[in-house]
Amino acid sequence: MFKGIRELFHYIGSMSFFIKDTINGLFASRKNFRSLGREIIFIGIDCFPLVSLVSFFIGMILAFQSAYQLKEFGSEIHLASLVALSLVRELGPVIGSLIVAARSGASITAGIGSMKISEQVDALEAFGVQPIGFLVVPKFVSLLLVMPILIIYADFLGIFGGYVIGSSKFGIPFGLYFRMTFDALAMKDVVSGLIKSVCFGSIIAFVSCYEGFRPFSSIDVSKSVTHSIVRTFLLIIMFDCILTALFYFTWV
Amino acid sequence: MIKIRNVYRSFGDKEVLKGVNLTVNRGDTFLLIGRSGAGKTVLLKNIIGLLRPDSGSITIAGEDITQLSRSKLEKVRLQFGLVFQSSALFDFLTIEENVGFFLSQHTALKKAQIRKKVVETLALVGLKGIEDSYPYELSGGMKKRVAIARAIVYNPKIIIYDEPTTGIDPIAVDKIVALIEDLHTRLAITSIVVTHDLDVGLKLADRLAFLLGGKIIFQGDKTDLKNSTDERLKQFLTGSSGGPIKEMEV
Repeated sequence: MFKGIRELFHYIGSMSFFIKDTINGLFASRKNFRSLGREIIFIGIDCFPLVSLVSFFIGMILAFQSAYQLKEFGSEIHLASLVALSLVRELGPVIGSLIVAARSGASITAGIGSMKISEQVDALEAFGVQPIGFLVVPKFVSLLLVMPILIIYADFLGIFGGYVIGSSKFGIPFGLYFRMTFDALAMKDVVSGLIKSVCFGSIIAFVSCYEGFRPFSSIDVSKSVTHSIVRTFLLIIMFDCILTALFYFTWV
Repeated sequence: MIKIRNVYRSFGDKEVLKGVNLTVNRGDTFLLIGRSGAGKTVLLKNIIGLLRPDSGSITIAGEDITQLSRSKLEKVRLQFGLVFQSSALFDFLTIEENVGFFLSQHTALKKAQIRKKVVETLALVGLKGIEDSYPYELSGGMKKRVAIARAIVYNPKIIIYDEPTTGIDPIAVDKIVALIEDLHTRLAITSIVVTHDLDVGLKLADRLAFLLGGKIIFQGDKTDLKNSTDERLKQFLTGSSGGPIKEMEV
């Protein structure tokens, strides 16, 4: 029990120093722009097909589930608003971030972990290069840049998935569906989704990179990958709850 | 050049270095020997500042690096070239980028100038036409030579070789030994070599030290080695399983 609490505080403490070093690395004179381009492609662009597919299906599922309830009141026409609000405020950022965490976050941990056990991280230090500045900062920056774009894209795909059900099952015309969608959405809904995406992107970067620096052997790498995914998922859900409550109490 | 005084280093409850004292003179090729797990790599990492000792001092060219801040330590580290046991080439970079890594990070040289320097250095270690390859395309011996090229490309004052000939074929070993000798003669670099291959080590070394039980139990030149009466050193050099060094003792 006490050991667990001590380890938790140790984790929080060392993670805080790691975050501080990463933020300091943002202002370092030497920038690794080549890595930044590579990370944007890997973390962002390569994620688009998977995010597209999942978001589209989530939109369709949401439309079906909403239709069940709305049918009771003969209000299927409000399906568009429900799908849009659920996606933009909540499901788009959360599902999109979980996909990026599972795909890119796991890969970041495994990549840094295998560099660590093959002494490549030591080699960076030996050649006078800070591993956090060289390896973590480009991943952090690319996640900050890519996540909002990815989430907006996921929202659109989800809304389109909802429209496919709305038009095919309930005969809602294209113009009406999208008018209902945009009428329902306020700027604060979009902004809250974007704030969440930036926050979740930071969580993915910090946790997956931090876990990458922990292994000492190849067995540790697989453990670190598991820890990275589990901890990122937990933190995303926890922070989603906190941010949603915060927006609810401050923006209502 | 390098003075190590009373260095202790533990990992959790495990004490690895228990009061190491060592002196490496300028221009020497210094051999560090010891059993697997004796802490040779830990000692090297302390010398280069990748690890900090729990206590004791490590003086490089008159400066105690154990007291330095991280940024000052980074500057001291630039005097070193390190050839890692596993070569530790960056697997996401080409050979040209690997060898030219230090130059691209710490000098204002243009890409073409770095490439020229890289080609020259690769030629020095007997390699050519591999600049655009990736490390996974090379054999173990070639990787070691690239690692040596990466360590010498910026003319460091001290080169540390951690097991430079482990896991490679005898012909490649001979080439690497000749290369280290050549670098030592031509560039007068101070070198520290860690190896289990005593033939190689003794061929290269001006002076040597034996690390056992976390302490240096022998330090001297080849004449001192011949005259030594230490039974533990004799047992290690002959590779005998019977003697004062116990099975589990490192």
